[in-house]
Amino acid sequence: MLYIPLWRRILIWAVVAVGLLLALPNLFYSRVEVSNDAAQAIESGLTNEELQAQEGRWPSFLPDGLVNLGLDLRGGAHLLAEVQVEDVYERRMDSLWPEVRDALAAERDTVGFVTREQSEPDVLRVRISEADGVDRALEIVRGLARPVVSLTGAGAMDLAVSADGQVLTVRLSEAEQVALDDRTVRQALEIIRRRIDEVGTREPSIQRQGEDRILIQVPGVGSAQELKDIIGTTAQLTFRPVVQAFAEADTDVGSGEELLPFPSQGDEAYALVEQAPVVSGEDLVDAQPTFDQNNRPAVNFRFNPQGARAFGDYTAANVGAPFAIVLDDEVISAPRINEAIRGGNGIITGDFTVEESTDLAVLLRAGALPAELTFLEERTIGPELGQDSIDAGTVACIVAFAAVMIFMVLSYGLFGVFADIALLINVGLIFGLLSLIGATLTLPGIAGIVLTIGMAVDANVLVFERIREELKSAKGPSRAIAQGYEKALSAIVDANITTFMTAVILFAMGSGPVRGFAITLGLGILTSVFTALFVTRVMIVIWYDRRRPKTIEV
Amino acid sequence: MRLRLLPQDTSWDFFSRARLWLGISGVLVVVAFISFVVQGLNYGIDFAGGTTIRAESSEPIDVGAYRSALQPLELGDITITEVFDPTFGPDENVVSIAIQAQEGMESVTAETIEEVRTVLQEVAPDIEFTAVESVGPTVSGELIQTAILAVLLAIGAVLIYIWLRFEWQFALGAVLALVHDVVLTLGIFSELQIRFDLAIIAALLTIVGYSLNDTVVVFDRVRENLRRYKSKSLREVMNLSINETLSRTFMTSLTTLLALISLFVLGGDVIRGFVFAMIWGVIVGTYSSIFVASTVLVVLGVKRDWSKESQTPKAGTQIDSEA
Repeated sequence: MLYIPLWRRILIWAVVAVGLLLALPNLFYSRVEVSNDAAQAIESGLTNEELQAQEGRWPSFLPDGLVNLGLDLRGGAHLLAEVQVEDVYERRMDSLWPEVRDALAAERDTVGFVTREQSEPDVLRVRISEADGVDRALEIVRGLARPVVSLTGAGAMDLAVSADGQVLTVRLSEAEQVALDDRTVRQALEIIRRRIDEVGTREPSIQRQGEDRILIQVPGVGSAQELKDIIGTTAQLTFRPVVQAFAEADTDVGSGEELLPFPSQGDEAYALVEQAPVVSGEDLVDAQPTFDQNNRPAVNFRFNPQGARAFGDYTAANVGAPFAIVLDDEVISAPRINEAIRGGNGIITGDFTVEESTDLAVLLRAGALPAELTFLEERTIGPELGQDSIDAGTVACIVAFAAVMIFMVLSYGLFGVFADIALLINVGLIFGLLSLIGATLTLPGIAGIVLTIGMAVDANVLVFERIREELKSAKGPSRAIAQGYEKALSAIVDANITTFMTAVILFAMGSGPVRGFAITLGLGILTSVFTALFVTRVMIVIWYDRRRPKTIEV
Repeated sequence: MRLRLLPQDTSWDFFSRARLWLGISGVLVVVAFISFVVQGLNYGIDFAGGTTIRAESSEPIDVGAYRSALQPLELGDITITEVFDPTFGPDENVVSIAIQAQEGMESVTAETIEEVRTVLQEVAPDIEFTAVESVGPTVSGELIQTAILAVLLAIGAVLIYIWLRFEWQFALGAVLALVHDVVLTLGIFSELQIRFDLAIIAALLTIVGYSLNDTVVVFDRVRENLRRYKSKSLREVMNLSINETLSRTFMTSLTTLLALISLFVLGGDVIRGFVFAMIWGVIVGTYSSIFVASTVLVVLGVKRDWSKESQTPKAGTQIDSEA
């Protein structure tokens, strides 16, 4: 009746052993962390004796997974950014205008003169002077549309064109908007990731949240502002035609033109450039610091095919004219085009120092953010506060443990001891699982563990109480134990499934620390059911087989 | 000798004053609700938007001086509270400064934080900001919606699960008990004006889970006893079941409370509100599973043809142990 097959006993103990082994590195947290960091450095090509020694501080045959500590425990910065996707619509419309203008100009006889009208930023309004030409104009502009590049928007075109009298309205089609939003956010995410990686902080977490948001969590950063500086909120790179390279603050600005500061030429220097860029930083694929033929620091860059074509066409048509490289609404350089630049490779020369050219290359390589970011949420947690929380949480855990364990022994005697051992194993397993799945432990997560300590004994209590009841109806000990487990099962299953459901809902809907709580609570339910139904049971059965007591007291 | 929380065999009648208990619960729920409506909750920045700064100084905190130092910055509503905690060292004086969401801005600017730091340094030169958190109105609005949705979803999921596993009367009893617990918890947070932030929602859901855990254990026994004692009245069966499970109910509540109380005392002030909610929830949840969920079940009545079902067991109404 109390027989548990050998294979099952072995399986149970094996699970326990594996779980505890996975939890082991967390007991030596800082040592394992140093060793892991060293191992990573060695893998990336670095190697020296110090790193070797550091790596050796934790034996390589042992698991080295650690529970990640959340920002509230480790300290760091948390930002929730919203990508202003509408920025991109506006830029698309601006760059579409020359294309529309040129296409319509080719049919001047039918459509007449073409002028751009004032409009909302995300549409392009074009007036033509010949009322009869509207149909033809519509046809021409519609002909400029391209198929949407995305999985869901297949078949749709990227532009929606309508006419009202002599005014054509061009906007992005809905399918294109969806596809574009997605691309923009993904691109922003990638750029943020690269920039943060360049700084080289540990375990940054950069995730997309919902349609147009990005959650950035970086441990070890001093403040949210520092993190914002790293990300750079407005870095925007464009290559634009120059109208007048050396302008004054009061130079007349024509329509479609923009007066931008030109700091390398002096504090009061400006350049008058066109608003619509020839190529923008999105088309840049690489940038490296280099030297020009006169051995002055310069930056070498390469465009993707799309950018290369646009840049090649423009430079071929404008040899001898200057063009401007604009970063963050500042002209950084306005070189003259010496020859057509085909193939998408180019070189930026200016008055750079070596350091400046390196910085510029990094900036270009990391790319400009495709749109501006608005920060909806910012949190900075100091490392001391995190450490205080860890310390307080640890003490609370130990006291909670001791109190519950003593209480169980007082109430159930030997069976209480079994439950206590199971409880220890239980917490070990929680940490093992947390390390295994690489989950993040937060302060509410610690609370979840403490709560689990309190609730974990519940399954055992249900069983023990049931055994007590069965003993009252004068059954033998062996039968009482077996019946106790059998009859308590449905209550244990129902009670834990319902709690588990709330943990799942919390995990799905919560964020950050709350999610950390949901994880420890959920894992705690799994491990506590496992330890109560299997581990304590094996212990009781082994004890019973050895002693064969005539009566038992629970 | 074993520690016994209760006499060996209890046979208390839990329903002799059923109306009284339901009445008390009803009144408490109404009071909590009124407090919630009239006084409202003391929303933290997660829900209200705004900025909180946690600052530390070795000098004693003079809330008045801080307030007058911050006055000229014109940041709108500012709440300054000194934080006390037994885990703090002798030179550790902690203050929490809450600044309302600024008009037309998503999150507070770095300049504002610097201004605050500068003026406070005049009052306490060694002041340090250990945490700065800022939430914009867009996010805080969404967080409220998500939180409400999460609690409703949890209650809905429970309703369906218990309905499937038991009968609709059980589900209704359990859900009424849950609503009772949630409303009373909101009530105490409103009454004591404890800061209500995102973590409290986690606590609320845990309370839902815990209270349910308790209710389900009682209901499970009721279901078993209804099959066993076909001639007994529902009320007798209910009483018997509650008495049989009473010692387990007390044991589990007590171990959980022991763990939570140690966290409450020693776990630091950052999560104290959260732990308080859970302690309150465990107490209320234990009470409600007996006096609300079970009482509702007695009032509603249950169909008793379990015998028919035991011949053709529905999936889930019986679980056999494997070993």
